[in-house]
Amino acid sequence: MLYRPGSSAVHRLPAQVKIVCALLAVVCVVATPRTQFWAFGAYLVLLAAVWAAAAVPVGHVARRAVIEVPFVVVALVMPFLGGGERFRFLGMSLSEQGALAGWNILAKGTLGVLVSLTLAATTTPRELVVGLQRLHAPAVLTTIATLMLRYLEVIAAEARRMRTARISRGHDPRFLWQVGATARGIGALFVRSYERGERVHLAMVSRGWTGRMPDGGTTAGAGAWLAGLTPVVLAATVLAAAVLLR
Amino acid sequence: MTGPPALLVERLAYAYPDGHQALYGVDLRVEPGERVAVLGPNGAGKTTLVLHLNGVLSGGSGRIEVAGLPVSRSTLREIRRRVGIVFQDPDDQLFMPTVGEDVAFGPANFGLTGEALRVRVRQALDAVGMTEHVDRSPLHLSGGQRRRVALATVLACDPEILVLDEPSSNLEPVARRELAEVLLSLGRTTLMVTHDLPYALQLCPRSVLIDGGVVVADGPTRDLLADTDLLAAHRLELPYGFSLD
Repeated sequence: MLYRPGSSAVHRLPAQVKIVCALLAVVCVVATPRTQFWAFGAYLVLLAAVWAAAAVPVGHVARRAVIEVPFVVVALVMPFLGGGERFRFLGMSLSEQGALAGWNILAKGTLGVLVSLTLAATTTPRELVVGLQRLHAPAVLTTIATLMLRYLEVIAAEARRMRTARISRGHDPRFLWQVGATARGIGALFVRSYERGERVHLAMVSRGWTGRMPDGGTTAGAGAWLAGLTPVVLAATVLAAAVLLR
Repeated sequence: MTGPPALLVERLAYAYPDGHQALYGVDLRVEPGERVAVLGPNGAGKTTLVLHLNGVLSGGSGRIEVAGLPVSRSTLREIRRRVGIVFQDPDDQLFMPTVGEDVAFGPANFGLTGEALRVRVRQALDAVGMTEHVDRSPLHLSGGQRRRVALATVLACDPEILVLDEPSSNLEPVARRELAEVLLSLGRTTLMVTHDLPYALQLCPRSVLIDGGVVVADGPTRDLLADTDLLAAHRLELPYGFSLD
């Protein structure tokens, strides 16, 4: 799981503050000119400070950052494929344009992933949904997110039961020619999930649901916003410096 | 009897949009405090009737009143508070991350907040004996516990009438008995839709038999279940080894 239970100041911040903070931090990173290499280092130091404050070990974030690997591969290939001026590095002829483009993807992508992981490590999915609701995200979206969180496990269990039933009747999904049965199984799973969705909706309406989730979140005072946005203010300072010093 | 009945259904008829006529004129009157079983074979119209009671289905003919308040578009919110439906599959009913949040969902929708909401959640969980599981995920509970939490989510809305759809299905014998004890301890007006005839006998002094979209029998549960010919005519029978005389 992405969430790491804790009781640090970062964990206790209202979710809406953390969402805004993460979003603005990513905007700062993306807006930074790619040749200002030091700025990206500064962002990383800022993130590390947040991890320290939240008592999230670097390993926790690093292991989950592996999701980024496909983008890293693209970034590493770019110096070989780019055009324009070329330079030699370790005996290889590399494109300067390509190297910079690759660096751009690598640095900004990695920082973006790390910011998201930090948010996810310190905020439960439920808090995230309430936070989005407090930020006036469309109610339909937050409701879908809530239901998805809850029903992912129910649907996975349903899929497991259907698979067990198939295997019990001699179906072996390892053989390619039986892929048809698996595909039809997915179709059946969709129909069953859809029907369940309808029943869930009926049950919710029966308990007086009108389209908005009850809000169990905390209101964010000025203090919380101030504290929560400190990293963003620092990131914005780095950004301003990076742009001005270019 | 003084005061309005807890539930009044008069000449309720309904056809689904595909043309299938499910109800052909159902009449039913339930007094406050009564526990009534609704019996009938599959496809008799039991679930269709239940979904009418809180206005989820409408558009047919006839009328329904809950504690004197007619079911109509303008009264829907209050009707849904007054009629608490516990659905057959707890997984359909429970969808919040924790038991406590799920129980709070209904009363919060009806406007309760803060301490009043917390008290209501505690009372509801207390009534079904699930207080210590308030912070657990419904997914990690046993079938019987889930059923009781589903009951608590509806009790928390403080309904005038409790409607249970197949409450004993998929329950092991002990969980089935525990649920019966909870239901008997509540002392609320209850309408229980079921195929489980011994359960109906245990919980409901009165039964209504529905088949083909009409009420075909209405009387003391024991009398109805002792009438083997009546049961056989409507695809019902007592489980093996049971007999009433």
